Amino acid sequence: MRVLAAMSGGVDSAVAAARAVDAGHDVVGVHLALAKGAPTSGGRSRGCCTADDARDARRAADVLGVPFYVWDLSERFAAAVVDDFVAEYAAGRTPNPCVRCNQEIKFAALADRALALGFDAVATGHYARRVDGPGGPELHRAADAAKDQSYVLAVLTPQRLATALFPLGDAARKDDVRAEAAARGLALADKPDSADICFVPDGDTRAWLGARIPARPGAVLDAAGQVVGTHDGAAGHTIGQRRGLRLGVPAADGRPRYVLDVSVADNTVTVGSAGDLAVDRVEAERATWCGPAPAPGARLGAQLRAHGAELAATVEQVDADRLVVALAEPARGVAPGQLVALYDGTRVVGSATVRAASRTAVSA
Amino acid sequence: MSAYLDHAATTPVRPEVVAVMAEELSRVGNPSSLHTAGRAARRVVEEAREQVAGALGARPGEVVLTGGGTEADNLAVKGLYWARAAADPRRRRVLVSSVEHHGVLDPAEWLAAEQSAEVVHLPVDAAGLLDLDALREAIEADPASVALVSVMWANNEVGTVQPVAEVVALAAQHGIPVHTDAVQAVGALPVDFDASGVAALTLTGHKLGGPIGAGALLVRRGTPLVPVLHGGGQEGGVRSGSVSAAGARALGVAAELAVAAQPAHAARLAELRERLRAAVLDAVPDAVVHGSPDADRRLPGLLHVTVPGCEGDSLLYLLDARGVECSTGSACTAGVPQSSHVLRAMGLDDATARGALRFSLGRTSTAADVDAVAAAIGPVVERARTAGLALLA
Repeated sequence: MRVLAAMSGGVDSAVAAARAVDAGHDVVGVHLALAKGAPTSGGRSRGCCTADDARDARRAADVLGVPFYVWDLSERFAAAVVDDFVAEYAAGRTPNPCVRCNQEIKFAALADRALALGFDAVATGHYARRVDGPGGPELHRAADAAKDQSYVLAVLTPQRLATALFPLGDAARKDDVRAEAAARGLALADKPDSADICFVPDGDTRAWLGARIPARPGAVLDAAGQVVGTHDGAAGHTIGQRRGLRLGVPAADGRPRYVLDVSVADNTVTVGSAGDLAVDRVEAERATWCGPAPAPGARLGAQLRAHGAELAATVEQVDADRLVVALAEPARGVAPGQLVALYDGTRVVGSATVRAASRTAVSA
Repeated sequence: MSAYLDHAATTPVRPEVVAVMAEELSRVGNPSSLHTAGRAARRVVEEAREQVAGALGARPGEVVLTGGGTEADNLAVKGLYWARAAADPRRRRVLVSSVEHHGVLDPAEWLAAEQSAEVVHLPVDAAGLLDLDALREAIEADPASVALVSVMWANNEVGTVQPVAEVVALAAQHGIPVHTDAVQAVGALPVDFDASGVAALTLTGHKLGGPIGAGALLVRRGTPLVPVLHGGGQEGGVRSGSVSAAGARALGVAAELAVAAQPAHAARLAELRERLRAAVLDAVPDAVVHGSPDADRRLPGLLHVTVPGCEGDSLLYLLDARGVECSTGSACTAGVPQSSHVLRAMGLDDATARGALRFSLGRTSTAADVDAVAAAIGPVVERARTAGLALLA
């Protein structure tokens, strides 16, 4: 096959590309320029992170002996991922930009372009397994549960999955991948793992959002509606958040308080105890199924964040645009905008975006 | 067998140059040393300096050997600026064409960012030709505040030859020094430093059959220049650092051979370029050729086209996969594509500029190279268009 290996400059995608070469594929490496190149001004570095990563990726391609190119998808990335990230937070939701990037960039814009240019598949360094079952390609959790990234790929349709390769899906552990990189002479073997959000350079997401969402000071309320503090804008808060809250009135029980609700319309943030965060009914929209949609009553696993635990769940309702699942045990801190991914064993059934979460009974 | 059509990026080293350079590399001797070996190396450097000067209409004392074109550009822009501003602090303005190479643009921008210079980007027309009226207005707005003017001899992306003589005439009325980056011009066009009237001229070895890493700034006698590199005081104190005898000799031989061959070389490339243009337009009728329509106003071996509905990235990949090596414009060290400031200055919108391809011919180019492009470009564009549409979806 002719395989386009997306090479970020990190160790995972480099080893993934190497394994694609080993598998006998005709591999071409492509680094995506996703950050907007800073305009050249004398002496200033130009998009330094991108340049460093592009150099590392190119060097890895050299070592593998495959052609290498840099493709500029920065405009598409800015519109589909970065602007969307800000808009979601501005609307009081908590988006996952990696999910969005996979859905809109890597397995959409990049894949479309690759297929049009004559490639048969796009290989990435994700830890997940594609299994070709009787009903078509299936997405499964990676062999290494600790590194499993199937959650951020749960937005792929069977059509997208059919042209995706995940050569690291069977890797036992990340350390093995690093060792393999070193054994292959890839200089990036000891490069640290990438930060959570690639377009927030210093990792300070709150400050980054603060510079993009206008300040709108308002009140922090407790569950009874009493003002217990102030904030600079309801947008940018996340349900379940504990840090960074300015609370003037101590909690009656002296326990830590968490964000329970964010209302951009009222510009309020509601806080309460950890126990108040628990929800057992999750309502989601914009579902994507990696195969047949589940039937109501189906007992599946639900995962609510990238490295979250899988929770036992029952599908209550499923139709074109709406998914409701009941959790067997309450989960804490489920925010609108997050992805709920459903699993049947190791197989990804599909996913949808959380619209609301609630507590149905005082069973716990 | 690949067809190399990227001679504007770098062109093969002439075999004669490889031979003399290898010979020189096998000898010991720092040209600054006083003993016999040092004197021998110094003699090689000085003979090379005379060769460069002779080939380009300069005096040997006007040749400052550098590590290449970008270094020479930096020395010219910063060195002239510092010297002129030191003599008269009102001299804060640096006038540059908006299609200069980054080797000129970035030092100018650095002076603006760090040293309170003011950069004036002079507009060009749709063919990339400098607007002389705009230059005149910019100078006459306040002649005493102009530190220098820098306008390239010929543009590296679209090949347009700039009116350097007219630039010099305008600047000379106010005693303003002109620098010209002639990296693409030497060997491709007649270049006479003395006759040109410029104060400083950049050339580099690897665009004319010499090695990468050997270049020169020609500096008119009596032109004050503040050094960028300080140290052992080589090159008249203007460019410290041990001079490479091998590099100097290679540059000297390459410059002499290239300039001697220039008329026949240019005529041959112009003919090949015309065949290439016809072949590209035949296969891709809606491709648009950029640069000057006037053969006297463009580099003889450069063809710049934009292909509607295509990404240059896609075209480059597909052509490379078929053994045709060309460029989307000027190479970027980071490999991160940037939209071309040259095409923007010429008024091209971003969507058009994204479909840019630069084919550049050189000494080793043949009709077979043109045939290779002719065979590949049609199917490549067809495929790249599909990919371009996919991107818009």
